[in-house]
Amino acid sequence: MLAEVTGSVGSIGYGLSAIGPGVGIGIIFGMGVQAIARQPEAYNLIRQNMLLGFALAEALALIGLVMPFVFGP
Amino acid sequence: MSALSMSAEVWATEGGTEGGESGFHAPGLGLFEWKPLFEIGPFGFTKPMLLAVIVTVLVVGFFWAAFRRPQLVPRGAQNVGEVLYGFVRDDIARSVIGKKGDTYVPLLVTLFFLIWIMNLMSIVPVAQFPVTSRIGFPAAMAAIVYLIWVPLGISRQGLGGFFKNMMFPPGLPSWIYPILAPIELVSNMFVRPFTHAVRLFANMFAGHLLIALFSVAAWYFLVENFGGLFFVGILGFLMAVVMTGFELLIQALQAFIFTLLTAVYISGALEAEH
Repeated sequence: MLAEVTGSVGSIGYGLSAIGPGVGIGIIFGMGVQAIARQPEAYNLIRQNMLLGFALAEALALIGLVMPFVFGP
Repeated sequence: MSALSMSAEVWATEGGTEGGESGFHAPGLGLFEWKPLFEIGPFGFTKPMLLAVIVTVLVVGFFWAAFRRPQLVPRGAQNVGEVLYGFVRDDIARSVIGKKGDTYVPLLVTLFFLIWIMNLMSIVPVAQFPVTSRIGFPAAMAAIVYLIWVPLGISRQGLGGFFKNMMFPPGLPSWIYPILAPIELVSNMFVRPFTHAVRLFANMFAGHLLIALFSVAAWYFLVENFGGLFFVGILGFLMAVVMTGFELLIQALQAFIFTLLTAVYISGALEAEH
């Protein structure tokens, strides 16, 4: 073996899986805040869609958190 | 304090940590395993099941009592029940499906309040366990939702029409369809129920694990092993309080998202989305 990663590889997996959703959630809420600033009367509509997008993006990070437990320590 | 110390000892000695040696042991998977309270033959009745029964009795009992003798001008429990029902009907069902979604509002109300109160059990003293962090409960609810929108879609759009509308949305360049169709099929038929359940499960799992971690850290560094690292204990205590507040938001949000996505799937089954 040239190189081997030992120890808590699951934590590394979670860290990698949190990159994408981190960027995605930042974009979602950034654009949501911009949209509210442009049109404050649409706040409820924007908030609903913002929360929906947030939950869908965060699900991926949380699946990354749970998978190491699924495949055994 | 005694409940916290008792449960900290449970975490420190029972499942999730190794051996009985001293030192800080973070809670792990064992936090979610419960020995049965009593057994009927091979079937063990555990604390999550007891909490699920209690939650069901609470939710069903409240709505039953609220609408037992409905008055035209609501008072008391009926008033609260109407506000809660109206929230699900207006903000979730009607805004996503439209007026024809009124037939599905009982399902959505049931799902929303069962999930919310089950999630809430995480921060209720004595209970202190989110029922939905056992995969069985979200999986059963997601299975019910799946078994509703798939037959509904097939009966409304026809068997061939259902899959054609799913896999071949109109208005795309034709070379894309051989790539898109298998992706859409797998994504809608298999990944959807999986993420529907796991989103709720993983949120509650992670939240419970975090609160437990900070609470055990606070207990260990402040009480069991008070020494130079006591500020870690103070930090752990503050973080446990913060995470409890954060969990209040996440519990309601996850119940809302689960119900909202149920409404989205049903609306997609009632009429082809494109």
